[in-house]
Amino acid sequence: MTRPKQIQLSHGGGGEETNSLIHDLFYHHFSNDTLLAAEDAAVLDVKNKIAFTTDSFTVSPIFFNGGNIGKLAIAGTVNDLAMMGAKPLYLSASFIIEEGFTFADLESIVKAMAEELKHSGAKIVCGDTKVVPKGAVDKLFINTSGIGEIEKEGISANHLQEGDVIIVSGDVGRHGAAILMEREGLGISGDLQSDCATLWPAVQALIDANISISAMRDATRGGLSAVLNEWAEQSAVCLEIEESSIPVDEAVQGICELFGFEAFDFANEGTCILAVPQKDVQSALDALHEVEVTKKATIIGQVSRKKEGRVILHSAYGSSRYLDLPKGELLPRIC
Amino acid sequence: MSELQLKDLYDGFRDPDVIKALAKSIIDEAKHLKEPLKLMEVCGGHTHTIMKYGLKQLLPDRIDFIHGPGCPVCIMPKERIDHAITLAQMSDTILLTLGDMIRVPGSKSSLAVERANGYDIRALYSPLDALRIARENPDKKVVFFAIGFETTTPMTAALLELVEKQGITNLYFHINHVLVPPAVDAIMADGQAKINAFIGPAHVSVISGAKIYQPLPEKYSTPVVVSGFEPIDVLQSILMIVRQKNEARCEMEIQYSRSVTLEGNTKAQEMIEKFMEPRVHFRWRGIGDIPYSALALKAQYAAYDAEKIFADILPTEPIDDHKLCICGTILKGLAKPNDCQVFGTACTPNTPMGSCMVSSEGACNAYYRYGAIK
Amino acid sequence: MCLSIPSKVVEIDECNMATVDTMGIKRHVSLDLIADEIHIGDYILIHVGFAMNKIDEEEALQSLELYREMLEAMEEEERRQVIESDDNCENRTQA
Repeated sequence: MTRPKQIQLSHGGGGEETNSLIHDLFYHHFSNDTLLAAEDAAVLDVKNKIAFTTDSFTVSPIFFNGGNIGKLAIAGTVNDLAMMGAKPLYLSASFIIEEGFTFADLESIVKAMAEELKHSGAKIVCGDTKVVPKGAVDKLFINTSGIGEIEKEGISANHLQEGDVIIVSGDVGRHGAAILMEREGLGISGDLQSDCATLWPAVQALIDANISISAMRDATRGGLSAVLNEWAEQSAVCLEIEESSIPVDEAVQGICELFGFEAFDFANEGTCILAVPQKDVQSALDALHEVEVTKKATIIGQVSRKKEGRVILHSAYGSSRYLDLPKGELLPRIC
Repeated sequence: MSELQLKDLYDGFRDPDVIKALAKSIIDEAKHLKEPLKLMEVCGGHTHTIMKYGLKQLLPDRIDFIHGPGCPVCIMPKERIDHAITLAQMSDTILLTLGDMIRVPGSKSSLAVERANGYDIRALYSPLDALRIARENPDKKVVFFAIGFETTTPMTAALLELVEKQGITNLYFHINHVLVPPAVDAIMADGQAKINAFIGPAHVSVISGAKIYQPLPEKYSTPVVVSGFEPIDVLQSILMIVRQKNEARCEMEIQYSRSVTLEGNTKAQEMIEKFMEPRVHFRWRGIGDIPYSALALKAQYAAYDAEKIFADILPTEPIDDHKLCICGTILKGLAKPNDCQVFGTACTPNTPMGSCMVSSEGACNAYYRYGAIK
Repeated sequence: MCLSIPSKVVEIDECNMATVDTMGIKRHVSLDLIADEIHIGDYILIHVGFAMNKIDEEEALQSLELYREMLEAMEEEERRQVIESDDNCENRTQA
């Protein structure tokens, strides 16, 4: 096939052009037996209890410092499975492409997806491609769904217990801040990378170390604030957090100073929060520190009964306040 | 002396140990106060710092904060917001404004709602962006709905200077710049708030200079300390006020000496004077008319003045707040947000009834977000 | 609304615009409202895209020095109190 420079409507027409796009691009990079079987549906062999999730990715801009929409589409869905203690196995990938999108960009996005899949070993086993007229979508939207085999049961936002310790796997807010930095019109720049990453290796390390995990969630939209508030409410407990122990990258703090934001309201795409019983804290930290993406995991607080359903931030100088859900317009499309 | 690092300008004024030490000094020295301190922090930026850092919790009950009217979004009366909406609804128009203004409810709607209805309304991070927008849209009327206290006024003036210089003819100004001293005078003249000391605004003073507060100590027998916005700034200012009281002094002092001088930024002041003059009347939300408390474009700039050019379509009737909303009483320092019966129920940051719930500098918003725990 | 942040000047161009650095984040601001001569390395306060003033480094350092002295005095005081209470302790056991 002569490589097209741009994706045209014909690439979504279901005919020859569609076929060549699928074969030369998607099959080439996502190659595996189930996908190459090219049936109407993928036939999967799963014996245990499974977790199933889906997410659509519409981030703007589609290329950002630290990743692109493709990397995000894999890490996002894989992380949702991992957070339920499920080993990510099979993914679907659907592309809705705006007419005129460059082939080169599409290829680098697909390559990033293939690369990111290596971190969990999951495979793309089915997919779909649509091309829509110019203006009908903003460049490219991707949907991924995923199935994972549950290796550790009982992880739930409803399972936090008094005395559990809250751990964050890394510094917070870098994805949201990185996207904000790329936003046109703000005229800011800096060396700030999205934290976009696959968390399965870290979860696997926790499972291998036989850590009890009450709850675990990746802090995507709404950031740390959203996860903590959801937990406090769903488990009817109080989360008491030491503000000074929340790790924040300096450049993220810089963006917060500039616009009056809080780092814990910003999205993450490769950072999770865990609640583990006191007895397992040290071994959990040891396990996380062995894995690259979570090597800076640290304790930020604990679960109490002080004020059920609320998150309390304690300052280093003796005052405290509620940490509420982020409100208002924060960002454009971040995922 | 060692060299100053940028980080020092942040961390140096948030050091937990210094915060604790200052709080302890205040507690020790406040024991000698002859009467409780009723301290008005005029500026919304200070309200935000006090709530965000939980400073009230560190201080004795004898020190009470009265949250002042210094949030430019909070004091905007509904009829002015209706102006913005009316302008945005004109054909071929782009309406520009800053920050939270977009969410403040007018009499029937807000700019955010009208933006969702399809009108071209944009929140800018810098007034300078208006130049680019006007140039890129030569066939449209671009209206800059300018808001802010003395801090932000010179930026509007600088924009107008550039508009003139560059010969841009499709950018109009709707000026809502307001002034701190007349508002303080209005609250003191009202006399009900029993304020006996002031924390003076930080960044207003960078522009205006601390000299604008010099009449206050004599006029009202109230110490004034011009304070920075970091928690240590605010606590040090409170300590300076407590000391003034204990030593029976009543002066204007500058705590925020790294940025505030007596004279202020004279170039910025000249810029304001070149383009603007005081208005005889300006209504403040909840407070009412305060004479000479706001600015308007001078007559020779009428060609840029949206209020004059589009006068025939702009509503002129004053519109009062919702009966249940007590923003006015709060802005006058007579009530706290949690005295309001709709606070946190019918009125929240997502569904604000009153303007004090909209801006992060509004007292209600700060109480809602950071709700002090004791 | 009155949010203004200290930043360091890293570049100045011929249009009187400065590139400033706020903890690793860079952006352009106008120097049109500044009468002082601004040099690379100066600290300025920025507000909605404009520099408002040059931060007085001497004054900032003096404030920080004052806080440092205050902490030292307080630590000294605390040490003294600990020693005093220790001296008054009747049930002191021999180490």
